[in-house]
This record gives sequence, structure tokens and C-alpha cells, in this order.
Amino acid sequence: MRILIVEDDELLQDGLAVGLRLAGFVPEVVGTLADAGQALSSGAFDAVVLDVMLPDGSGLDFLRGLRTRGARTPVLVLTALDGLGDRIAGLDTGADDYLGKPFELDELAARLRAILRRGDGRARAELVWNGLALDPARMVGSRGGAEVAFSRKEFVILHALMQHPTAILSRAALEERVYGWQEEVESNAVEVHVHKLRAKLGAGFIETVRGAGYRLAAEEGAG
Amino acid sequence: MISIRARLFLILTAATGAIWLSAFLWIQHSTRVEVERVLDARLAEAARMVASLVAEHRIEPGAASAIPAAPSVFSADHDYARQISCQIWQFDGALLGRSRGAPVAKLTEAAGEGFSESMVEGEPWRVYTVADPAAGVRVMVGDRLTVRQRLARDVRTGLVLPALLVLPALAGLIWLALARGLAPLDRFTAGLEARGPAELTPLAATPAPREIAPLAEAVNGLIGRVAAARRAERDFIAYAAHELKTPLAGLKAQAQIAARAPDAATRDRALARLEGGVSRTDRLVTQLLDLARVEAEDAPRPEPPAPLNRLAREVAQDLDHLARARDVRLRVGAGGGTPVREHQLLLQTALRNLVENAIQASPAGAVVEIGFVETGRETRVEVSDRGAGFSESDAGQGEGRFRRGSGAGYVGSGLGLSIVRTAAGRMGAGFVLARRADGPGTVASLSLPAGAPGADPSA
Repeated sequence: MRILIVEDDELLQDGLAVGLRLAGFVPEVVGTLADAGQALSSGAFDAVVLDVMLPDGSGLDFLRGLRTRGARTPVLVLTALDGLGDRIAGLDTGADDYLGKPFELDELAARLRAILRRGDGRARAELVWNGLALDPARMVGSRGGAEVAFSRKEFVILHALMQHPTAILSRAALEERVYGWQEEVESNAVEVHVHKLRAKLGAGFIETVRGAGYRLAAEEGAG
Repeated sequence: MISIRARLFLILTAATGAIWLSAFLWIQHSTRVEVERVLDARLAEAARMVASLVAEHRIEPGAASAIPAAPSVFSADHDYARQISCQIWQFDGALLGRSRGAPVAKLTEAAGEGFSESMVEGEPWRVYTVADPAAGVRVMVGDRLTVRQRLARDVRTGLVLPALLVLPALAGLIWLALARGLAPLDRFTAGLEARGPAELTPLAATPAPREIAPLAEAVNGLIGRVAAARRAERDFIAYAAHELKTPLAGLKAQAQIAARAPDAATRDRALARLEGGVSRTDRLVTQLLDLARVEAEDAPRPEPPAPLNRLAREVAQDLDHLARARDVRLRVGAGGGTPVREHQLLLQTALRNLVENAIQASPAGAVVEIGFVETGRETRVEVSDRGAGFSESDAGQGEGRFRRGSGAGYVGSGLGLSIVRTAAGRMGAGFVLARRADGPGTVASLSLPAGAPGADPSA
């Protein structure tokens, strides 16, 4: 789950990036609206965490422009202006959620998961496929009553695949999800993690589509 | 302080009383003069009448009873009856006759004719004498002065009594008239008294009387200033709260990361970040307090003059630790002996923020310099750095509190410049932010004009 964080305060930038990474997200941080616009046009983000007062303008104006252009990316507005009027203005501008500073990292992560879920058209918190229920809040899966633990990177790959179970995700797309811009991509890293996932979930859970990428195997009984 | 109402009442009552008193004195005097004149004329006329009767032998001297009762304008039973007495004396000193009730003693010893005053039987009399050498008689007609005095007193009483009755009524009328006349002032007062402390709208636009209008205007002016001050205060509190929330959110996030870090490296990094964040937030709070203090200071208090360079050196000393932490050197230039007599705190606050900004903007190993330029007209303090400077958009926004510099490494909010501008405004000093002519960097200069309250180069 790639999250774009638009926040100009250095300390908070770092806190958001580290905190969200610990919570299983793949955050990218920018400090200005100009950088945010560039990032959104060049990469796919599952959600945006947007500050309101930024050095080069108002986050709400940016959000309005985004919605006018038809962008559907969920946006969570994060700001010190958390009066009722500000919250209403933020939501009516096109924000999917609104969180006042200071905030709990857990709450921010939960709200992000909620708006992502709604974006996918799901109501249930767990992602379910082929008997595996993946809990994004705890980054664990359960199958037949037994808990299956994943590393952060394994979770990110599995989560991306389970979000759209029938879609094929290329190696590059998965790499982009696992590693932020700041991280060095190890060669064959995606293959290594997929291999480990197959060891935990059964060889047939993830299929390799030659020349295209990966996807989940069709549900048993569904054909 | 006596109230306007009481003051007007006293003045009006005293003035009315004085007019009444002088009218009373004038009437009394003229009445007495007139009464004297009328009574004297009557005495003379009566004396001449009796003398003519004696001369024409209409009456026999000696038959005193034949003399008619003294003519009187008053009825017989009145106080003023038998007011006039008449005596007829022979030249040789024998009393030929007298009117009824007239004293036996001679009314006057005066030898000549005309008016005279005398004491008869212990009472003062006024007498008119007519001598008739042909008949050898002297006719004296007189009246008691006590009666005249009683007459005058009765007239006086007749004037005083109604005055005593009318004056309280008049005072009451004056009081009521004052109440009516001062009603606009009362309404004005009531309008002000009914206001709550937060009610800072101007007074109602209903046209005030000409006398109160300047007062109403002055009060409206004051209300406007108080409202502006309150607005500024509210803005400041909202701004401070907002400005503090972002670093607090950062601190909280780092604390949570430290608490749940899966490994020691993540935890140590978060803790280090926490510490840095706390000192940065501390600096922010100091700046907010600076701003509050700078905005609160208005009237300059005379202080023992201190040379400008000493004040600057104190600031440099205070910020030495910050400069060291960022590997920046602070240098205070030569000169600057101008004594500063007022607003030393404002000057130091402004300087500290300028130097702090300069340190934050400087790359490691750079020098921040505090220099002095003294011309006949002004004294300038210049803080120059070798930082990236400000962008064109920053130049305009630097003064706005809600903006921050976007330059890399420029930590801290845009508060600093806002504090400097406010302080400069309070000091009557000029503040200019300019690019360095000799390469990258910024020169911030504060100019204290000669003769301005800030500095006095003539001393």
C-alpha cells in the first residue's frame, strides 16, 4: 500500500514515514505541493496523507484541483486546523478523512486502511482468498484456524495481490510497492519473497504468469 | 470629583438666589426712599395746612381740641393710625395747642424751619416746622421713626416670604430641568455600562448631541483599538496553538515509534529525533514568547544607556551554543558604540531572531557576522550570513507568520522575521532583508535613525 505523505515539517515527515512503514505501508514523503503533484503524476499511490499549510500553498486548494481533474486517490487530510469548520471544509473539499494534529499513529494507520478498503469496495477488514484471511491491521493471516505470520515485505506483496485477486501484477509494480524511492531494490527480491510466501501458503497460492508477472490462483471450487 | 449634575445645580441655584437677593435689596432700598419721600411730603403739607389755618384765624390758638385729628391714609384701627402729631407753639415758648395723642414735650428744639430729627420721650421723631412770624406761632408736625421703620420692615417681609416659598420650588424645577437636560449623557453611560467585556462593537450610530459627540468618538476609537488588540491576541493564540501542534505531532509520532520499534536501531533513531524535536520546539516556544512580549511592549521606558555593540555581544553569547552545534562561527564587528537608551529588550529580541535565522540558514563552517554602520543620520546593525538566502516568493512571504522559508536546511518557522518586523515597528526602526552583493547569502539590517527613541548618537 503506497502512501504519499505531503508534510513540510521534518520531524513529522520522518515520524510518518517510519511509523507507517512499521504499520505495513510503503510511504513516500514530499515537503511541497509541487513535489506532491509530480509524485502523483509519475507513480501510483493507494492514498495521500495531506497537510493543509504547506510552504507553497494550501493543501485544500491542491485537493480541490486534484478532484477537479478527476483523481480518485483517497486523501486523508492531516492538519493542526482541526476545528469543526475546518474539518467540514476539508471533507467537503474532497477529503476522504480528516485527522487533527497531534494524532495516534495507530489511528492514522487504521483510518488509512479504512479508506483504502472503501476504495476497493470492501466492507470487511480482512482480505479473504482461497481460505486465507489476511488481517492488514496485524499483518498476519489465518487459515483453517492456524495463524500465518509474514515479514513486512511478504505482507506488502501478499496484500497487493489480494487487493485485486484476479489481476496480474508485474514484477516492477510489486517492486514499486515493496520499496519506496529511498530504498535500494535488491535484485530478485520480489522472487525471493514470492518464494517464501509459497512456502508458507502452498506452492499453488501464487501463480507466475510468464512474461507478465504474478497473480493469485483461482479460488478452489470457483473453477 | 463633584458630579456635573451637582455642579450645575449648585451654580444655577446660587445664581438664581443671587438674582433674587439683589432684586430684594434693590426693591427694599427704593421702597424705603420712596416711603421717606412720601411721608416727608405729607409732614410738610400737614404743617403748612395747620399754619395757614392759624394765620387766617380760622382756629383760635389754645383751643387744641379744635385741631382735627391728623390726616391719615390709614383707617383708625390700623397700626399706622395716629401716626402724625402736631404742636403749635408761641414764639415765647408757650404751647398753644397739640393734636390728640401728641406728646407734651416739644417735638423739636431746632430753631429754624424745615425737617429735623429729635428724641422725644425716648423715641426718635422726624419733624417738619413752619414758623409764622405774623401770628407769632411755630407749627410742628412730626411722626415716629419707629413707625416708618415698621412700614419698611413690613414691605421687606412681604417680599421675603414669597421668595422663601418660591426658592425651594425653583430649586426643584432646576433639578428636574437638569435631569432632562442630562438625559443624553445618562443614556450614553447606561449604554456603556450595559456592555459585556467581549462586546467591542462601536457605540450605536444614533446622532449624539454635539457636546457628547467628541466623547462618543473617542470612546469608539478606544473600542476600535481594544478590539484590534483582542483580535491580534486571538490570532496570536490560534497561531501559536497551530504552530505548536505540528512539532507536537512529530514528537508524538517519534515517541510512538520509539515505544514499538522492532529493533534497537529504529528505537535509537527515534529517540535522537525526539531530543532534537524537543529542543526545536523549545526554540519555537521561546519565539512565541518573544512575539508576545514584543507585541505587548508599547511605551518606551528610559533605561540606563548601553552601547549597541555590548547588546549585540550579549546576543551572540546567548546563541553561541546553537552556532557551535551547527558548526557556524559568530563574529561581532567593530564599532557600534552608539548608546541605546530605550527598547533594549526589543532590540535584543530582534537581533537574536535575526542571528538565529542566519545560523539556521548557514552551511557548516560558515561565518555569521554582526556589523555596525554609523552615519550621521542613522545607526545600522547588519546580520549577514552565507546561507542559501531566500527565494523571490519568500521575500514577500517572509513577513507573514503563516509562511516558512522553503530553503533546504532552513529549520524553524517563519516566526523569526515576524518578530523582527514587529519589534522594529515598536522601536521606530527600519528593517530590510537583502541579498548579499558578494555571493550567496543574506544581509538583514535594522536601522535605528538618529533622534529616534532607540538610539541617540549625540550623547
